Formats: sequence, structure tokens, C-alpha cells
Amino acid sequence: MTKILNVAHLEKNYSSGLKKLTVLHDISFSVEEGETFAIVGPSGSGKTTLLGLCAGLDQPDAGSISLCGTELNGLTEDERALLRNKNIGFVFQDFQLLPTLTALENVAVPLELQGAKNAMIVGKELLEKVGLGDRFHHYPSQLSGGEQQRVALARAFSNKPSVLFADEPTGNLDAETGEKVIQLLFELNKELGTTLIIVTHDLELAQKTQRILRLKGGKIIADQVTAL
Amino acid sequence: MKQQPNITSPGADFGWLLKMAWRDGKASLRKLTLFMASIVLGIAAVVSIQSFGDNLKSNIAQQSKSLMGADFKIDSNKPVNDKVTAIIDSLGGASAREISFSSMAAFPKNRSSKLAQIRGIETGFPFYGELETTPETASNDFQKQGGALVDATAMFQLDLRPGDSIKVGNITLPITGALNSIPGSSSIFGAVAPPVVIPYNLIAATGLVQTGSRIDYDYYFEANADLDMDKLRNSLEERLKAEDADIETHTSSSRRLGRRYDNFGKFLNLIAFIALLLGCVGIASAINIYIKQKLRAVAVLKCLGATKKQTFLIYLIQIAFIGLMGGSMGTALGLFIQYLFPFLLQDLLPINVQISIVPEAIVMGLVLGVLMSVLFALYPLMGTIYTSPLQALRVQAEHSSKSVKAGMLVLLGIFIFIYLFSFWLLKDWRYAFAFVAGVLITFSILIGISTLFMRGIKKYFPHTWGFIARQSLLNLFRPQNQTLILVIAIGVGTFLISTLYFTKDVLLAQASIEGQVNSPNIILLDVQTEQKEAVAQSITEKKLPLLDDIPIVTMRITSINGRLVNEIRQDSTSKVNRWILDHEFRATYRDSLIASEMLQEGQWTPSVSSTALIPISVSDNFALDAKVGVGDYIIFNVQGVLLNTKVGSIRTVDWSRMQPNFTIVFPMGVLNKAPQFRVLTTKAPDEQSSAALQRELVSKFPNISILDLRQLLTVVEKLLGKISWIINFMAFFSIFTGIIVLLGAIRTSKYQRIRESVLLRTLGATGKQVLKITALEYLYLGILGSLSGILLSLLSSQILALWMFEAPFVPSWRPFLVLFPGITLLVLAIGLGNSIGVIKSPPLAVLRKEAV
Repeated sequence: MTKILNVAHLEKNYSSGLKKLTVLHDISFSVEEGETFAIVGPSGSGKTTLLGLCAGLDQPDAGSISLCGTELNGLTEDERALLRNKNIGFVFQDFQLLPTLTALENVAVPLELQGAKNAMIVGKELLEKVGLGDRFHHYPSQLSGGEQQRVALARAFSNKPSVLFADEPTGNLDAETGEKVIQLLFELNKELGTTLIIVTHDLELAQKTQRILRLKGGKIIADQVTAL
Repeated sequence: MKQQPNITSPGADFGWLLKMAWRDGKASLRKLTLFMASIVLGIAAVVSIQSFGDNLKSNIAQQSKSLMGADFKIDSNKPVNDKVTAIIDSLGGASAREISFSSMAAFPKNRSSKLAQIRGIETGFPFYGELETTPETASNDFQKQGGALVDATAMFQLDLRPGDSIKVGNITLPITGALNSIPGSSSIFGAVAPPVVIPYNLIAATGLVQTGSRIDYDYYFEANADLDMDKLRNSLEERLKAEDADIETHTSSSRRLGRRYDNFGKFLNLIAFIALLLGCVGIASAINIYIKQKLRAVAVLKCLGATKKQTFLIYLIQIAFIGLMGGSMGTALGLFIQYLFPFLLQDLLPINVQISIVPEAIVMGLVLGVLMSVLFALYPLMGTIYTSPLQALRVQAEHSSKSVKAGMLVLLGIFIFIYLFSFWLLKDWRYAFAFVAGVLITFSILIGISTLFMRGIKKYFPHTWGFIARQSLLNLFRPQNQTLILVIAIGVGTFLISTLYFTKDVLLAQASIEGQVNSPNIILLDVQTEQKEAVAQSITEKKLPLLDDIPIVTMRITSINGRLVNEIRQDSTSKVNRWILDHEFRATYRDSLIASEMLQEGQWTPSVSSTALIPISVSDNFALDAKVGVGDYIIFNVQGVLLNTKVGSIRTVDWSRMQPNFTIVFPMGVLNKAPQFRVLTTKAPDEQSSAALQRELVSKFPNISILDLRQLLTVVEKLLGKISWIINFMAFFSIFTGIIVLLGAIRTSKYQRIRESVLLRTLGATGKQVLKITALEYLYLGILGSLSGILLSLLSSQILALWMFEAPFVPSWRPFLVLFPGITLLVLAIGLGNSIGVIKSPPLAVLRKEAV
């Protein structure tokens, strides 16, 4: 198995007024290709910051990250954007659909950014797969929370990513809807052989992954393989 | 997956950017329409003025021959000498001649009289264009029948009809018809002395052509089509000038006329440009909020792999498209509005303007629309570049502020563009600079006022006030507030209206003669010395005061500091103004200064006994134009006699006073014996006594011209009224733009306020309470904006009065009583009108509706 994500001695600070706040301190771990991986921890433990850094959304103050064989340090913002577009999928807690685009247009965006001509066809297939075949032309505001997150799932898989980052994917959903979305997420993940990295404080959800990284106060307190 | 992504190109192309701009734009159409509306009126104003100006210029050029009535003319204000006659003969002789002068005309039918411009013309004139008369045949018949054509408006005012008679000097003629138009004249300027046309050969019989009268002699020529007018003018001008004559061609006169209207057009264009600038400020503010609302979407797009450039371009395309749409709509509206100008400017124009579509104006409208929208939106648009994709997660990224350098560059770009555009309009770098500085200062003051206001409230926040009052004050300085933009929009609009109002006040007060107890209101010109006693007696017999008896001696300059005027004319480096060299001066002599004068420099000499070197006093504008100072020497030619003079003093003269003022004043004891005529003044308490005096003087002394200042004031008021109407018309574009910007700002800020209002209502606030908070907020903004505008206009009017009109400025209360509450209430009404829907609807419905 090859390592798709390798994080070494990562550090991230934020400044609050004159004070320097260390959010992540000496974080090192790696994720194998095709693995399902959860980052858990209480609020403020730095898990979402870690996710952002791993996905190339921000740059660390120290340490290095290698994603899909590419060292993120030294890449420009646009180069990192290209890397994300080719290799990464995202699922956000608050769905983050573009409000001015229909469900289908939202799903098609990552492929359109690649210049793919069949973006709409792929988009329709994915929406049908997530059970929204009759919602192509609905705007996000016309969909329920569960439906919006399913559109987000379809969008996340549309560019056939190597790694999918999910940030509290059920955080804004009720238990029943959340369960259905998770089921769909794992199904699609399995089908496409994507590496799945989930940030959550829901231990039940974390238990569904192969490995759990526990954070507290910006430090790793445990890195354990689950019973799966 | 059955279907694999089919990547055929390395990334999204421009087509995708267009598609994304459209997808995003169509969902935000409501908001974008308001941005578009902000510039529509500004563009319409600029395009309409520009297009009409171009049309007027080309019409004047096309109709240049009909404006003069001939190809060219030679004119002089004294009978031409042999040399000029020889030049006229060398050109094949004049095709037609004209003698014209101002004189009183009497109308026996109703025993009335009126100052008129008497024009004796020969048959055939005009060769181009026509004398428009009622009846039409009168234009030919008056020559055959020895009758007169009288200005149609004057005939209407005096209740005259064809067949009635007119007395000009010693002769009485039948009125053949009403004169509707004569080449080159505009009706409002003929209102002081309306034209009366009579046959040329009857001029001598009037007995009005005598020494002292101001008479113009014109020789009109018809030329072959291939004659080069400029060449002709250049070849003859110097020779004619040396003989006190001049040549004017149809091309040169139309150019001069074009320039005169061009200047007015430029002024109107600047007012239009202010409307456009105001619209652009509206755009900048609206885009600022629009982009802030889009930053989350920008972050998501970046997460999905969009580059900085791509996200920036999506919104830049939207703005450029809005600019193009606004530009197109504004241009279309402007092209329509220009058809109104011939009606608005009716009495001021010398020709009937045929309006056509000017392609340059269309291009200008479209380019302005796109360029100004993009330029003013650039700074807020830069926010898309600096947005971190991290914002899509719940992580608050470290605040990535926009580059200060980039912001300064954008600001610099905006000012360079405004400067270049105003330079293009004004064709003078200093005026363009002054305009940009004026705009900068006005906007800076308004920005300063609102910033100080916000800081003031923050610092001295009235914590003891009730919840509603406190909440409404808090809204003024909370994050993403609209205080600044609303104060600018309201302030600039109010500033423009009240400045126009105050300026009109200054001009009218300056022209007014009411209340000036000892000021004359009747001026008698061309009184011969031997008539003086009899005329004075006529005045005193009517129990009217003889206020002034001013001697007038006509003279020309022969040399300045030893240099002959011809030498100075030929010296291309000389800075002496041409009018000084060509003008026939009407000088006077007296022993003291009068009320309208103040000694600026040198020493006043009341009288002299020797004519060896006479100390004279000149006005400051003469000294400036003739480039002379105290101690300089001037030789005057007083009807053949040369007088050596030395500038003894320089006076400032208040020319705006309606009384006889003089450029050159001699001391007593020198000119007493020179050929002269006199100006007498009196003050008639009412129109009846004025009419009675005029009747008597016209019948007894037909050569005397009577200037009735009361009538003149009516004309001045009419003219100012007309001009201010047009300026107001243009200012309305700014005011309406201000209202649209206001609407836009309120509607855009509405989207921000909704959540807060809904939250307040969810927490139990009643609709009435939310309404009160909103009402108070707009009341504060209305008061601050309109008051700032009025106070700023007081300052600018004071500056204008002091430096431009050189007149005292006493502000009237009307702007405070009408504009201040009026505009404040308007702001309140617009604010409440736009918030009422939010307040009335159920909270959840509002949140869902506004989510897109």
C-alpha cells in the first residue's frame, strides 16, 4: 500500500492580538491509499485546521505535507487549487453548495473546472445515484438539509478524487438523515476506492473508519486502528 | 462509475467563466439590476449632452452661411475710408450693405416707444437663409414699399399689427410685417433691443447717423464656392485692422459661435459627469456588499479547484456585463433625451438644430458604462483574490486584508480616469485639475463628516437611551454599515441642488436694482452736448431727479509705452490683448471716484491744467489686458487729436452694478472742449412715469437711446431663469441618480439587516419596534446627509460669489426650509418603503426568500 497523505512535524499558529496561539503542535501521521481515516477530538482541538492543511487550503508554519505524491510546501495557491481539482473531494458540515447554482450545476462544477465536456452527464448520473434524479434543477434553498448534503456528496465524488475530505458531514443533520448520508458516503467511497478522511467529534461515526487519530489541544493523543 | 470524466483540456476555458458568470448573475439579477440602474442616468446625461453638442456644432458648421447670411463680410464701426473702399472694390464690390445702430423706435398707434436695433439692409440680403416674416411676402415687400419689419415678440407685446406705423428718428414707416427670425440671431438676446429692419436707403432720412452714435457698417459678399475663406481672412485682416475695419467669414463666425455654445455644453457635461460619478460611487458600494456576500462561494470554488484568476474573472465579467447593459440603456435614454434640448434651449439657440444619431456618443456611452463600472468595482472585486479557501470550512482564516498597494493603485487609476475624461471634456488641464480637486474635496469632506459622526457616536454613545433609540444608533456604525455611502449619495445630491439655488440667488441679487435707493433705472445714451439742457429740463419737469450727467469722449489707443498698436499687433510675442488695440473706448472725465470704484494703486488726480502729459485712471481689467501699470505711457487718438497720457492710478470697478462704468477716466480740465456726447440718468418710481418720460424724449429727441433697466432686469431674469432651468434639468440626473444609489444602498443593506430584524422579531420585538428602529436610523442618515450637503453648498457658493461673481452672498433660508426637511423625509420614506416588506412577513418566510 502506498502512502497517499504524509504529514510530518506539522505546526500551525494563529495570532490573536499580540498573542501567538499554537493550534497544532508537532503533528505527524500518514494515511494509506484507500484507507478510511477519522480525526476526532473535542471542539478547539485543531481537527478542522488539520483537515484544511492536509487538503492544501492553508499553509503550515512548520513541518511538511505530502498529498498524492506531491509536496504541498512551496506550491502556489493556484497550484494547490489545481491539485485539489484533480485529486481531492470535499464534504462540508454546512454543505457549502453554491446558492446561485442548481443541484446539477453544483455537481458539475469540479468537472467543468477540469474542462470536461461530459460534466453534466456525469453530474446527472451521480445525482441519480444519491437519489436526487428528480432534483436536477432545484436550487439549494429549495432542498432540505439531507438533500443538500447528498448533492454535496455527488459533487465531492464527481471528479473521481483520490482523497475525500469530509468535515463533520453529519453535523448539521438529524440522526436519521445523518445515518443515511453516512451510509451513502461509505458506499460511494467503497465503490470508487477513494481514501476517506473524516473530521468528526462523533465517535460512533469514527468507529466506522479503519483508523482514528485523536487530537487534544493541538496534539495527537492517540493513533489507533479500529476493529474494522 | 460507468462514465469516466473526459478531460479534453487542461482546465476550464473562457466559455466556462462566462457560463459561471451568467449562472451566478441570473440568480442575483434583482441585486444586479440596481447596480445597473445607478449608472443609467449618469450615462444618459453625459451621452445626451455630448450628442446634442456634436449635433449643434455640426449644424452650426452646416448652416454657417445662413447664420451670416453671406459668405463673408467687412465691417467697421465708422464710415469706411478710401483704403477700405479700395479693398472692397478689389473684391468686386459688396453684394449688399447694412447700417445698424441702437435707437428708440416710437409707435404712434399706442404712443409707446422701445429701444430697438435698427438694421438698414440692401435688397438681396440675406443671400443664404432667409428673413422669416409674417406674412411671408413681407420679407420682399418691405424693400419695395419702403416699410419696416418689426420683431414679432415686440409686436405682440406692443399690440402692433402689419399696417401700423413705426417712427425711427425723423421718419415714420408702415410696418410691413412681423420679423420672426433673421440670420444669426437668437430671440432671447434680442429682447433688450429687438431688431427692426428697414430698407438701407432710408437710413440717411432717419437723421440718426451722426457723430457720437454707435453705428456699425457692414459690407456683405457672395463668393465663389471654391474661395478659401481662411486664406482670404488671413490676407486681408491686418490691412483692415489698420483702418479700424474687420473681416469675418462664415467659417470663422460659425467657429466662434460654436465655441460659445461649446463652453456652455462643457459646463453641462460636467454636471452630467457628476451624476455618473455619483452612480459609480453607488456601484462601488453595492459591489462591495455584493462581493462580501459572495466570498463564501468564492472560498468553496477555490476548494473545488478554481484559481484566483478564475474566481476574480467570474465576477469581473458580471460587472463588465452590467456596465455594458447600463451603458446601453443609458446611451439609448441619452439619445432620446437629446431630442428635448432644442425645446429646452429654444430661445438661446441661433439655429434650428436637426438632431441625428452621433456614433461617437454611442461608443462613448458604452465605453463609459463598462470602464467606469469595472474601475469602481475593482477594489471590492479584489476581495475575491484574497479570499482563502479555508473560509469554506468553519475555520476563520487569519484576516487576509487586501493589499494596500493594490488599493492605492486602483484609487490612482480612478482619479487618472476622472482627470482624463474631464480633460477630454474641457480641453484645459487646469480646469480638469480643478474639477477633479473639487470632486475630491467634496467627497473627502462628506467622507470626513460621516467618519467623524460614526466615531462620535461610538465614543459618546448614549447608554442611558431606550432600546429602540440605542439600537437605531448602533446600526449607524455596525460592521458593513451603509452610513458612508448614504451620506455621500444624499450629501452630493443636496449639495448640487442647493449650490445651484444659491448661485442663482447671487446672480439675481447682483442684477437687481430694487432697493438701491439712489441707483438710476433709466439711462439716456447719445445725448448731444447741445441737447443736454433741454433733456435735463424734460426730466425735471416730470419731477424726476437728474442723477448723473456724464460726458463721453470716444477715443482709440495709438501707442503703449512708445510702441504703435500696429507694431504690437504684428509682434507675435506680445501679450497685450487684441481688444485693447482694436477697441473704440468711451472715456469720461471727472474729479472723483464713484460708488462702484475703488482705488487699487497709484494716485487719483482730480484735475489738471496742462495737456502735456495727462495722468489718467484705468480699470484693473484694462491694466491687466493692456499689460500696463502705474507710470506707463499711453497715447490716445481723440478724433484726430493725439493725447499723451500716463497711467496715474488703477481702479477696481464693480461692473455688475447697473450704472455707467468706465475703463478710462480722465481728470477734469483736459477733455472739456473735446467733441463729446453725454449720458444722463434718472430714476422713475413707476412704469407710468417711466413710459411718459420715454414718450416725450422719443418725440423731442429721436437720436437718444433710452435704456430702461427695469425692462433689462426682466430680460436678465428670463435669461437666468432659462439657463438655471437647463442646469436644474441636468442636476436632476444627479438627484435621481442619488435616489437610485440611495435605493440601491438601502436595498443592499436590507439583505444584511434582515437576519437582525428577524432575530429581533423572533426574540419578541414587535413589528412596530423594528419599524421605529429602522425609521430612526434613516432619519439620522437623512438629517446628516442633507445638512452636510446644504452646509457644503453654503461654502462653495461663498467661494463662487467671492472669486467668480465677485458679489456679496446672502444665503436665503429656502434650502433650509424646503430641501432639508424634504430630502430627509424622502430618505425616510425610501428606507421605510424598502423595509416594510421584511417587517410584515413571517421571519422564516423572509429567511428562506432572501437565502438565494
